[in-house]
Amino acid sequence: MNSVQSLIQPQFLAQVGFVGIVALTFAGALIAVFPRNILYNVLGLIVCLTGVAGIFVYLGSPFVALMELLIYVGAICISIIFAIMLSRPLHLSLPKRRLPKVGLAMGVGAVVFIALSTIIFRTAWEPALVRSDDWSVTTLGKYLLTRYDLVFEAISLVLLVAILGAIVISGYARRSPS
Amino acid sequence: MNSLYTYLFIAALLFSLGIFGVFQRRSLIGMLIAIELMLNAASINFMAFNRFLAPDPIVGQIYTLFIMGIAAAEAAIALSIIVAVFRRLRSINIERAQELRG
Repeated sequence: MNSVQSLIQPQFLAQVGFVGIVALTFAGALIAVFPRNILYNVLGLIVCLTGVAGIFVYLGSPFVALMELLIYVGAICISIIFAIMLSRPLHLSLPKRRLPKVGLAMGVGAVVFIALSTIIFRTAWEPALVRSDDWSVTTLGKYLLTRYDLVFEAISLVLLVAILGAIVISGYARRSPS
Repeated sequence: MNSLYTYLFIAALLFSLGIFGVFQRRSLIGMLIAIELMLNAASINFMAFNRFLAPDPIVGQIYTLFIMGIAAAEAAIALSIIVAVFRRLRSINIERAQELRG
């Protein structure tokens, strides 16, 4: 009885949930990188991004987690799937994978990982002396419309130009004879 | 679980997986997926510093939102370029796209 009660402590449940979400993230990332079928990669990316959204919840910001789901899973992954459907037919035979290239890529990834983790564990991270604890979405919106207004507008302009550019690029490609 | 190092370690692992993917894939869409992984690792780093170190816990969230906006723009442009390349070469293999080679 006592052990059952300790199992459903919120602290313990949070730990289990965190481990599960991290496992989900890395399983998704592995599926996104390794299989040769491109559709499996996109599905792995969706799983991985869902896990990242869960990590954002653990970092104290459900709003950013929802934005992650909305923008990445809802928009970017769907448009990648559209690009897959518009490009290479899936039933064609996939190109063979060359082992030396995979080995070299693994070496580069390992070097980057070792360098990054050395930096992480060698640095003494100091928290700021005065930290406010205002996490509310209200303040976030206020900041977006006051202090970070210029960047906000710049991002909107960049998005507009990117969408117009995407339409123009794919439109010209259709008209020009190949 | 609740320390800065855990999150930074997760982000570093995700980033290296992304780098591995960029170098190993030959399809343009596969490379784009790997780049999205790297951008997400950067977002996790920003959110972790925001949670544990920053004086104002709003700024990191705003930065993460900006990263997402930039990633959306980048994905739109990259996908339209991929579709254009496919129409021209009938392939999205990166090793076939070498018309500009000197």
